[in-house]
Amino acid sequence: MANGSEVLIEENIIVGSTVSGSSRPRTYSMADQLFKNVTRFFAFLVLLLMAAIIVSLFMGALPAIRKFGIGFIGSATWNPVTNVFGGLVPIVGTLVTSTIALLIAVPVSFGIAMFLTEMCPARLKRPLGTTIELLAGIPSIIYGMWGLFVFAPVFSQHAEPWIDAHLGRLPLIGLFFSGPPIGIGIMTAGLILSIMVIPFIAAVIRDVFEVVPPLLKESAYGLGATTWEVTRYIVLPYARVGVVGGIMLGLGRAIGETMAVTFVIGNSHSLHASLLMPGNSIASTLANEFTEAVGRIYTASLIELGLFLFIITFIVLALAKLLLIRLSRMEGKRS
Amino acid sequence: MKKAKMELISIQGRRRLMNTLTQAGAMLTVAFGLFWLCWILLTLLRNGLPGMSLKLFTELTPPPGSPGGIANAIVGTFLIVMLATLIGTPVGILAGTYMAEYGQTGWLAPITGFVNDILLSAPSIVLGLFIYEIYVVLVGHFSGIAGSFALGLLVIPVVVRTTENMLKMVPNRLREAAAALGTPQWKIITMITLRASRAGIITGILLAVARISGETAPLLFTALNNMFWSKLTQPTANLPVMIFDYAMSPYKDWHDLAWAGALLITLGVLGLNILARSIFKQKPLGR
Repeated sequence: MANGSEVLIEENIIVGSTVSGSSRPRTYSMADQLFKNVTRFFAFLVLLLMAAIIVSLFMGALPAIRKFGIGFIGSATWNPVTNVFGGLVPIVGTLVTSTIALLIAVPVSFGIAMFLTEMCPARLKRPLGTTIELLAGIPSIIYGMWGLFVFAPVFSQHAEPWIDAHLGRLPLIGLFFSGPPIGIGIMTAGLILSIMVIPFIAAVIRDVFEVVPPLLKESAYGLGATTWEVTRYIVLPYARVGVVGGIMLGLGRAIGETMAVTFVIGNSHSLHASLLMPGNSIASTLANEFTEAVGRIYTASLIELGLFLFIITFIVLALAKLLLIRLSRMEGKRS
Repeated sequence: MKKAKMELISIQGRRRLMNTLTQAGAMLTVAFGLFWLCWILLTLLRNGLPGMSLKLFTELTPPPGSPGGIANAIVGTFLIVMLATLIGTPVGILAGTYMAEYGQTGWLAPITGFVNDILLSAPSIVLGLFIYEIYVVLVGHFSGIAGSFALGLLVIPVVVRTTENMLKMVPNRLREAAAALGTPQWKIITMITLRASRAGIITGILLAVARISGETAPLLFTALNNMFWSKLTQPTANLPVMIFDYAMSPYKDWHDLAWAGALLITLGVLGLNILARSIFKQKPLGR
């Protein structure tokens, strides 16, 4: 109870500082002006950086854009010999692997966050939470290496034959699950990605869940609500904004992830319906081919892929941001 | 009301069942998450520990089939990361200072904040591509410096974000008290507010260093790799790209070196994270 009101007061101070800090009347000395302008320059530099990235990628991709036009997105050809390139396979690969990753990672992360905030014994809470945060920082190349050397052989021997034999027989969706058990492919890449983003998303959702005022939760518990009901009807609605943001951030990570995917996706430029077949993502194509690319058109096509990757993540992250701003405004109106 | 009473027991039962099921589910997800991560860490230890020896830190990366270490990659990573931090930190701190201290009015701060958040999660491989376009192509060859630029771009948004957040947490009373004494604003910011948020900003820098030490993708087209000692103006050996090249190779002894390097880098990153945490214990970062 006391805790909750203290948090509120603190928030007021922070809000107050941002508002009242502006309109202090002040006679600016030269040093003040100079300092302000230097910091302003660097803030502007960050903006400039973003613009420079987009412009330079666009310039680099220009030869490919001129040659292939809009058809680049729809074409699955990738032929360095005849110098004909299309981005369909990597773009689809990126979207499919990140979708698989999120389908697995979101429910798991939600469960972990629920466990950590509502069910975990107090003694385990800190160590478990810290473990998850630390694991979120492990370099992605470790996940990739493990995926290639350890996971892929196990997956191909034990899981893929089963998937092929059972899921592969099903009408309609069977198409996605039939194929040779080679261990590397779109499915493996998606799984490794999901393992990689679980600690990240779980840590964000946990943080957001923890912001929910204890007062609200305790009131619900006091009325006889179960742990699940508190999580579902009190914590989740309150923290919705942050949860969506965390998931979007995780999606952004999965889309742009290079190393975890490159090791296990199979680097194949052919389009298959089956998730067990090898494929390519934008990032893995760049990682595998960029330094070896010969010729202007080849390089430009790869840079165009990079441009697409940047645009896709830009849209995802910008949507996340805008959604969060809108939701937090709605929240502000309600309370 | 009556109906509710009649169904009371079944409702209670259903609620209890739902609760039990979801709690069991939550525990399962924890087990699921920990299972994979334990498996990964154990693999890392099992494959990396045998490679730990003095030779690893003193000898150059070998051609396949002969013994050697990864000394040049370790030193290379260290230098590249240090230079990247030196490039990224001042930019980040100054930009973050503007956003927290002067950003309440005008258009620049909100837009920069928006763009900064996107840069924060932008795919790192694209930043490598960007540096390749504007630096490597210009200079004509890959170099460790280019790698540092690419990693520096990753440092900037992290430091901007932490600096801004930490400065905004400094109570306004401090600024007002200093202003009442006639202190010029630049002195208030450098001597009081930045100093008050020093621990938080250092934490942010350490987290940024931890993040870039393991980054591979931006170095692929910038620092590349090198079998020998080299200056930063040449292609420079570094742990992540070395791990990538060696792990993708067909040679068993290169795989072993890659595992040893992977263990080293993971320990380094975890160590930095723990250090950052211990410097800044009281409050969680960012939020």
